[in-house]
Amino acid sequence: MKVAVLKGGRSLERGVSLRSGARVEDALERLGHEVLPIDVGPDLVKRLVAEKPEVAFVAMHGVGGEDGTVQELLEILGIPFTGPGAAACARCMDKVQAKDAIELAGRETPEGLKTPDWFAFNQAAFREFGAADALGRLEETLGFPLVVKPSRGGSSLGVKFARSAGEVPQALVSAFSYDDRVLLERFVDGRELAVSILGDEPLPVVEAILLEGDRYDFEARYEIGRTRFVCPAELSPEEERAVTEAAVGTYRALGCTGFARIDLILGDEGPWLLEANAIPGLTDTSLLPQAAEAAGLSFEQLVERILDLALKPAAA
Amino acid sequence: MAEVPEPTHRRRSHAGTRDLERYAGLFAERTGVMRSSAMRDLMAITARPEVISLAGGLPDTSTFPPQSFAAQMTRIAQKSAAKALQYGPTEGFEETKDCILEVMGAEGMLPDPDDIIVTTGGQQAIDLVCKTLIDPGDVVICEAPTYPGAIPTLCSYQADVVQVECDEDGMQVEVLEQLLDDLRAEGRRPKFIYSVPSFQNPAGVTMSLQRRHRLVELARAQELLVVEDNPYGLLRYGGEPMPPLYQLDGGDFVIYLGTFSKILSPGIRLGWAVAPPPVMEKIVLGKQAADLCTSTLTQYFVREYFAERRWQRYVDDLVEIYRRRRDTMVEALRDNFPAEATWTEPDGGLFIWATLPDYIDTSDLLAKALRADVAFVPGQAAYVDGRGSHSMRLNFSGVDEDEIREGVRRIGKVIAEQVDLYGALTGEQRLPEPKEESAPNVLPFRKTGEA
Repeated sequence: MKVAVLKGGRSLERGVSLRSGARVEDALERLGHEVLPIDVGPDLVKRLVAEKPEVAFVAMHGVGGEDGTVQELLEILGIPFTGPGAAACARCMDKVQAKDAIELAGRETPEGLKTPDWFAFNQAAFREFGAADALGRLEETLGFPLVVKPSRGGSSLGVKFARSAGEVPQALVSAFSYDDRVLLERFVDGRELAVSILGDEPLPVVEAILLEGDRYDFEARYEIGRTRFVCPAELSPEEERAVTEAAVGTYRALGCTGFARIDLILGDEGPWLLEANAIPGLTDTSLLPQAAEAAGLSFEQLVERILDLALKPAAA
Repeated sequence: MAEVPEPTHRRRSHAGTRDLERYAGLFAERTGVMRSSAMRDLMAITARPEVISLAGGLPDTSTFPPQSFAAQMTRIAQKSAAKALQYGPTEGFEETKDCILEVMGAEGMLPDPDDIIVTTGGQQAIDLVCKTLIDPGDVVICEAPTYPGAIPTLCSYQADVVQVECDEDGMQVEVLEQLLDDLRAEGRRPKFIYSVPSFQNPAGVTMSLQRRHRLVELARAQELLVVEDNPYGLLRYGGEPMPPLYQLDGGDFVIYLGTFSKILSPGIRLGWAVAPPPVMEKIVLGKQAADLCTSTLTQYFVREYFAERRWQRYVDDLVEIYRRRRDTMVEALRDNFPAEATWTEPDGGLFIWATLPDYIDTSDLLAKALRADVAFVPGQAAYVDGRGSHSMRLNFSGVDEDEIREGVRRIGKVIAEQVDLYGALTGEQRLPEPKEESAPNVLPFRKTGEA
């Protein structure tokens, strides 16, 4: 089968995407497919029209590739593609949209699912409407430390912790470097878990355990050797059920298909939803391949299954 | 000519995550400090053609005449193909050392050729010095900020890196003296002091003559080694030439590192180290273990090139080009950076160091700048302890004057947006910057005590 692998692009996560893409291409070749690697740029549509791939494997992360833009194009061109559809991607990418969608789906989501209290602002609120004057009230509601994050963005880029009111403006300036809308969120403490979902099936839960440094140190997440991943995570049967149900509930509420990864914090009162990743990383150290492996799927089998889901969504 | 057959497999099959964990158990302890950072990932974007990159440290190799390159390579092929394709001595060819003597002579140094080793770029010279001198946990002192490329090398040998603040006159040697006293009180002796005294990377500052004398005095009195890294010494665009530490010391306590990268080409990977004989003996053994010898082919190239006796003229040409680019960048900074920003105005080298208001984190600013198709190096890359997050390194040698103007304009625009936003967030009213012609803000570093 002729498979286009879409990778790279202009997002800040270009580097990760190129690594995901290379690994997918490699697996596809070993599976006997004809691979068409595309570093996504202004000639994308032209190339897709000229080369006529039967299916597109989207190995892009961040703005452009994970937010529904590329998916929308593929839908227009009638090329089946891997991972969630355009609308679901847009919802996952934008944390504000995701939270709205989950709140709307309220009745159907499992009771155990909670999202930390949050507020969202765009830059105009501060520039034009004096939103700064509301910060004090909002800080009272959320307490310290609080988390400031860009609404759209992945890999924790631009995520800042503010330990006091004095640190909030600087954290906002940083978060606004990545997006025009930012969230201020209550900090929830607990174990960091990731649930990857393939088709409609949750894969074994991965736990990220920080080996050194403090919890606010986000660099640690991306440095091999500073974070240890345990899969399957050591959870009691009740915890595992609660976490898995919360993740599957989120996946459905956001309208995901194909695959996605849901990140949660497991606190004393149960799981908190942090975010949904429409196109989780597929690199050597990424969590989805790790979870698939724990479920007995090799990387090739994972890639083949993802392709199947793209071609026969109804059969999923 | 027969075509090279297409290899059957482009990449070997990748390891699964489980396999990776299996390897991780085998990794040496030092790999724990060899880290890839989120910032390095961001740099993947700077390679795109629409991005004006003020991030690299690239000399402008487009100014090297291709016909001269062709003539030299042809002469090598005709006269000495077999030798140029053979292994060479670990220390390097005597003829290469003659070229090195010419370059060092141009700055007033006259080392014994036996004290010289030709290395695979200046970077290997740093690596070999570390390999020879550092045990895990040893103290190494360097400047703050320091050459970002030295940090991974120092860390991979598990040095305990201590940084001494610079000001407009280079490393604050008074602060260094205090540090040495403190270390002595703890019973610790630094293995060496690493310094780029002239047109420092990244700060662009040059150590004053007085501090040079004092540093050499300290080294001699306390029998400390100073590693002088001098890639840019001949690229001076203003001010008076400054004697290298090596010249002041005479080569007893100063290990000197040089390179052809900035005066000829970084692609030939030719640098050198000059060290006292006992140290050199170990460096040679280290070099032998690392790569046996430096490329003979490029050593022949340098020999041919120097035989034309035009190398100094080429350096003069580069100086003219880079001086104009520096002036262009300084002018662009005055026009586009906010009044609270400070930056250095270097007398030479390739870099300007700019410092922004302390509520701006330049790593985050880089994300915003990349969307505006411009890149720089965030200051954190020049510190071991996470400091430098309000500063940035700007390179003016790698792109032309129009691109410098446009690049700085784009950075200035994203900074202005952050300054405005911070004003809106804190209620501080910020008036538009007055375009005044009066004394430009060139204070390079915050004074000590001002935090």
